[in-house]
Amino acid sequence: MTNRHMKRLMFLLILFLILPVVAGYSQSPKAKHGTFALTNATIETVTKGVIQNGTVLISDGKIQAVGTSVAIPEGAEIIDCKGLWIYPGMIDGSTKVGLSEIEADPRTRDFNEVGDVIPQMKALTAINPNSAHIPVTRISGVTTVIATPDGDIIPGTAALINLHGYTPDQMFAGFEGVVLNFPKSGRRGNNDKRTDDEIKKEYEKKIEKLNDVWEKAVQYHKLDSATKSTGLTYYPEMQALLPVVRGERAMVVYANAEKDIRAALKWVSDRKIKKIIFSGVAEGWRVAEELAKANIPVIAGPVLAMPSREYDRYDKAYANPGLMKKAGVKVCLATYEDRGNVRNLPYHAGFAAAYGLGKEEALKAVTIVAAEIFGVQDKLGSIEVGKNATLFVSDGDPFETKTNIRHVFINGWNMPMISRQTELYDEFLKREPGK
Amino acid sequence: MRKIALIGFITCLVFYSRAQNLLIKNGTVLTVTKGILENTDVLVKDGKISQVGKNITAPAGYRTIDATGKFVMPGIIDAHSHQGIDAINEWTNPVTAEVAVGDALNPFQISLYRALGGGVTTIHTMHGSANAIGGQCETIKLRYGVKNPEELIMNGAPRTIKFALGENPTRVHGGGNAIVPRTRMGVEFVMREAFSKAREYAAAWDTYNKNKLQKGFRGAPPEYNYRLETLAEVLKGNIMIHCHSYRADEIYMMLNVCKDFGIKKIVFQHVNEGFKVAPELAAYGAMASVFSDWWAYKFEVYYSTAYNAAILTRNGVTTSINSDDGELMRHLYHEAAKTQKYGGLTDEEALALITINPAKQLGIENQVGSIEAGKDADIVIFSAHPLSIYGVPMVTIVDGVVRFDREKDPDDMRIYVDPKEEIDMATFTEDHDHESCMQGAADMFTKLFETN
Repeated sequence: MTNRHMKRLMFLLILFLILPVVAGYSQSPKAKHGTFALTNATIETVTKGVIQNGTVLISDGKIQAVGTSVAIPEGAEIIDCKGLWIYPGMIDGSTKVGLSEIEADPRTRDFNEVGDVIPQMKALTAINPNSAHIPVTRISGVTTVIATPDGDIIPGTAALINLHGYTPDQMFAGFEGVVLNFPKSGRRGNNDKRTDDEIKKEYEKKIEKLNDVWEKAVQYHKLDSATKSTGLTYYPEMQALLPVVRGERAMVVYANAEKDIRAALKWVSDRKIKKIIFSGVAEGWRVAEELAKANIPVIAGPVLAMPSREYDRYDKAYANPGLMKKAGVKVCLATYEDRGNVRNLPYHAGFAAAYGLGKEEALKAVTIVAAEIFGVQDKLGSIEVGKNATLFVSDGDPFETKTNIRHVFINGWNMPMISRQTELYDEFLKREPGK
Repeated sequence: MRKIALIGFITCLVFYSRAQNLLIKNGTVLTVTKGILENTDVLVKDGKISQVGKNITAPAGYRTIDATGKFVMPGIIDAHSHQGIDAINEWTNPVTAEVAVGDALNPFQISLYRALGGGVTTIHTMHGSANAIGGQCETIKLRYGVKNPEELIMNGAPRTIKFALGENPTRVHGGGNAIVPRTRMGVEFVMREAFSKAREYAAAWDTYNKNKLQKGFRGAPPEYNYRLETLAEVLKGNIMIHCHSYRADEIYMMLNVCKDFGIKKIVFQHVNEGFKVAPELAAYGAMASVFSDWWAYKFEVYYSTAYNAAILTRNGVTTSINSDDGELMRHLYHEAAKTQKYGGLTDEEALALITINPAKQLGIENQVGSIEAGKDADIVIFSAHPLSIYGVPMVTIVDGVVRFDREKDPDDMRIYVDPKEEIDMATFTEDHDHESCMQGAADMFTKLFETN
């Protein structure tokens, strides 16, 4: 062995000794679990008013105590929240977080499987827990989102997920719903070159298909009940629709145009489908009274959007949630962002607030009302004892852009306030080598 | 039928929106360049701001608008838009300096009215990004209600041209047409080749123009070429480059090209990775017009950060926030406000991003972009501070004409409803493309790359 070889070997040896240390330093900080006391805070409980100068005690992933005279156990990590506010984590009713990384790259899109009726395709299966979009979203106080498949008539089953965890099971937040993109009777925007006849025919074909699928699902339910779930051959589509037929799982019906919302209303009421949530509902304001009468809750959004018709008032998309709420519809909000700007949910809520919904109702729409619509109000949506410690601490009204989120807890995990976007800021604000 | 209805509405608008002399009374005036003035009046005469001060008495015949408790700011300027034009991408060649979107202006686009509802008064409506060297752009005022396209054009605004780097030109030409550029190397070559030819062209004309004065000169003039003529004007500094760009390496490349050809005026558009070369941009005097927070719509914007505007500003780069989109355009004040969360910009810095800074980038800072006597009366009145989420634009004034008034805004803009209209014509967000830059070239893309 020559001297040169020796040197190289020594170098490699040193490198191997150093590497683990270096790797240790460069690793992203992890979330912390334990007992936390958030003291001296203004607590926006959402369901039980505002508590001044209060404490929220967190352990075992739950909110253990809320109030002005909370005993802090020994060993609890105290986070002084003087001058700060505590809010429940915000919930976005429709996103593709975890299912879509880069829009233009089909290899990073996992929300659109082949097939027109495929309820057996589960969003929860394909969620990437390490998506760069997840930290970006959660450090803005959006802790919980619906990840939804998209595509043809029934593109799959959507799932409510918390934005922390290493497996889908850890992230799952307790709600799944079969998605129905209700067939569109209208033109799909300015680039839709189909003739009126083609549009009509295609619509009728889709409605026929949908009717047929539902009829089959009802028959399947009858057979399955009669045979006590034995003897039926493998039929994944029908098996996935079974809980919807039986009223055990919600169907999330996406419809935007007035005509389509009306058609969807009639379709679900004719079939007496029990658990229904309408989604999108851009023209919900045109059908608000009927929606209220049918007692169907809605996921509304995006709020920051254009009016759907050239002749509609310029602010209709901003005003839509408020107009529906006023008519008595139960409204939660969604950004319908595919990826990185789900973080703007508080701003969609802020615009809805400014254009008629009001601050208080807008806050409810992204917290407790969303939790109620997804049937997880026992775990999420407010600052109450026994609920999951999924909340955030801010230095002001979270709908205001000036406000910064200081701490985020998801199921009691104290999240590092870091994303790739903050890391780039830290590295490049004063770049080295500089000028 | 819809068009007729809209034109009818426009006629109504024109009726109530004739130029008036105005006194905007007792507002909090956010001048942008001269600080915040409480309980201050703004006097508007013949389309210009004639006076800013306290307790101004309205001369006879002036209409008074009470702005008590409200916020008065300069009209918002969008340095990157594709609204108000019927053609965006002439994607048939990597170099199309000869075309101009000013030839395709459409004053009837409803998006212009909606932008007024978001306090926008001036936009830079641009050629798309399909070509390395695209067409010429146009700076227009949102005088929604005029019928003659020419009346949209802002007099005195310098000429500008669109350039584009990265994925769009390489995909259209290298990917789609199998010609240079297919890579970022090719993009640089296209730029250098075009400028070199333009330089030769200009030299040939200079020689001819000089020689033809000589007695007995018999030579023919060089062949006229509007493409090279336009590029020669870029080299002379008479047309400002607005360069679509994302990645730090390509931005740096373009700075070097500019340096080598003596081009001083360049504004980088989108420039998502501008933050990585902020010291170089600042040293060159190049400017940056960015999104507040858009990213991940394609690979070259995956390593973006919403702190881009703040990092650029802190490094001394004149920065603006743009929309590139008819929807985003309506809340640029909100987009600017995000820089307070992402990087802690002051109110004045944040407001400059959508007023005086884009004005500088378009070379119109002496006419618009702040509330100062002598400037164009482009003014927005907000219900609350424009950087607050609860701030609602109430009145938008362009050249002294009230073009938007929230109180008078109709619920349904149709005069006539077509009872036979059976097929709905409604558009929803899912149909909307996130990068308007590629309109016109997008259909071909869908076929080629199956990217929606």
